[in-house]
Amino acid sequence: MRFDRAAWWFVAPALLVIAVFFFLPIVAALLISLTDFDIYALADLANLRFVGFGNYLKLLQTPSFWQALGNTLYFVAAGVPLSIGASLGAALLLHSRLTRFKPFFRTALFAPVVTTLVAVAVIWRYLLNTRYGLLNYALGGLGIDPIDWLGDPHWAMPAIILFAVWKNFGYNMIIFLAGLQSIPEELYEAARIDGASVWRQFASVTLPMLSPVVMLVGILTIAGYFQLFAEPYVMTQGGPLQSTVSVLYFMYEEGFKWWNLGSASAVAFVLFLLIFAVTALQLRGKRWIGE
Amino acid sequence: MNCPGTRARSRAAVLFFAFAAISLASSCARSPPAGETVLKFWAMGREGEVVVQLLPEFERTHPGIRVDVQQLPWTAAHEKLLTAFAGDATPDICQLGNTWIPEFVALGAIAQLDRYVADSPVVDPADYFSGIWQTNIVGGALYGVPWYVDTRLLFYRRDLLGQAGYASPPTSWPEWTRTMVAVKQRAGPDRYAILLPLNEFEPLLALALQQDEPLLRDDGRWGNFDSPGFRRALQFYVDAFRAGFAPASTGIDVSNVWNEFGRGYFAFYISGPWNIAEFKRRLPASVQGEWATAPLPGPNAPGASIAGGSSLVLFRASRSKAAAWQLIEYLARPDVQRRFHELTGDLPPRREPWRDPPLADDVYARAFRDQLERVKPTPQVAEWERIANQMRLVAERVVSGQLSVDEAAKELDARANDILEKRRWMLARGEPH
Repeated sequence: MRFDRAAWWFVAPALLVIAVFFFLPIVAALLISLTDFDIYALADLANLRFVGFGNYLKLLQTPSFWQALGNTLYFVAAGVPLSIGASLGAALLLHSRLTRFKPFFRTALFAPVVTTLVAVAVIWRYLLNTRYGLLNYALGGLGIDPIDWLGDPHWAMPAIILFAVWKNFGYNMIIFLAGLQSIPEELYEAARIDGASVWRQFASVTLPMLSPVVMLVGILTIAGYFQLFAEPYVMTQGGPLQSTVSVLYFMYEEGFKWWNLGSASAVAFVLFLLIFAVTALQLRGKRWIGE
Repeated sequence: MNCPGTRARSRAAVLFFAFAAISLASSCARSPPAGETVLKFWAMGREGEVVVQLLPEFERTHPGIRVDVQQLPWTAAHEKLLTAFAGDATPDICQLGNTWIPEFVALGAIAQLDRYVADSPVVDPADYFSGIWQTNIVGGALYGVPWYVDTRLLFYRRDLLGQAGYASPPTSWPEWTRTMVAVKQRAGPDRYAILLPLNEFEPLLALALQQDEPLLRDDGRWGNFDSPGFRRALQFYVDAFRAGFAPASTGIDVSNVWNEFGRGYFAFYISGPWNIAEFKRRLPASVQGEWATAPLPGPNAPGASIAGGSSLVLFRASRSKAAAWQLIEYLARPDVQRRFHELTGDLPPRREPWRDPPLADDVYARAFRDQLERVKPTPQVAEWERIANQMRLVAERVVSGQLSVDEAAKELDARANDILEKRRWMLARGEPH
């Protein structure tokens, strides 16, 4: 009993910090999402109206919110598999015994992760430029007409996905590399003695051994990609025709640009529930596959 | 017992007292001598950097007042001002974009200036361009004194117009259209007559302000976009894209406006005074003599444009309003305004400084002088910027062909009415503004 109490005292500072800086703001945001807090309320709290779930209901009737949600799902559905595929591919190449200059390639492939997003976005905007961009120049060599990457509503999101995958794949690559290095060499040896092809080794040894890492990377990447914001903010400002507005970008405009903190908080909670639901589904799926 | 713990604690105590002593000493050093007033002045961007050079003169002629300037970047200014208001940490005097004034009036953050102006020998409302002065009046009371102006008009390539057979810039919409037809014909499929970036609302807003109907009706309670005037403006704007005069550019693909203007990618560009200096500096020598500015053409004759710019305001919470007003008066003096123009290129909001060189013989500024007699304020409601942004988004959808002009006008009214809901509720409760 005394031991118990002592333990509580030891964790108390941490709990206090978490309560004040984590739970309190969440509860406050939840309360604010039930009101129409805006600049009039900032001037005088008497101008604050309690609206219940009004903000949430209104969101569901706002076409631009649905568009933002659709854009975000598009980004997650296309970006996450691409990103994980690129990470895994790069990790396998780096792990291969045949690869030379490993430290150099490891650094080069990880470099985009540590560069500043705004700085590389400027370079990417030049690469993607319709008339002078390197990408369209290369496509022109293949006989493909120039594409207005950031100005055409059909191409802006693919361009953002390409940029985001390039920027982020190095991070997961390092995690995969660590996972690959922890697979015992004897398993491959045994597989080779049994006559397994390279592809069979990958499917029956590498992938199963790597599955916890894939799970972890999957959850982190999905949660991260749902929070798309900086890429459209610096590349397209949500345009053209709102085709790159993500849920978080929508929330930013609502809250910080127009100061409608009530409805912005509601957006935040909708996004939270969405990520929560997807992660829960993933975990359940894993258990189901595991059995 | 001398255990390590107590020693560490006593060391911490010594450190604490040392810090306390240092901060006390430094605060003593910084506290003003008795009788001196320190004014907190927040200014944005380039103006914030330059105004510092005007202040020694003010401090010399106003003993007992010291000005402490804080520079804010434009991108962070709005948020910083709102958080300062929420935290009761507003400055005494501040530069404020004049479209923000209604919002800060709604907050009750800034002070009425009518009384000060009535007693002032320097600030003479009649000398100010009336459209600019109007932007500072909300609900019949004055809240700011214009510091510099910003309006949009035509920058054009004289040589390209000349080659197309037009010696002078257009003054009305029909002429403008004829000129653009001719320029586009000579330019071919890869060049254009005008650049109207779809990520800016200002060009369309300027055309809309030229109409007789206001953009909001009933004291800013409802949108008034479904009016013949706004539909005419939107139609003209959209036709520029439909007819191929303007590229459907989001503004991002034109990464360097000056380069493209120099190369002749477009012949007309609607922009503001800051681009006079930029064009002089950045255009290649070969086109330096070949560009000019002109007032914005209107439906039938030279038309109105946006009354933009920055004003100086006093915060209600300030305890040194009298001293702060002296600073506003100083910065409004015609001679100081002239020096401010030399330092920044910003255009003065009153007529007096325009009478003498260098402004009087500046060929590029002349069109602005003319335009300033015809500038109109945007609707003075706190929600205006948000509505203007919706106007841009809806116009983009018309250009892309998703909406017709009439549908867009109705859609915009619906969006504006939705945004203005809280304002209507406030007005119904009897809140003045």
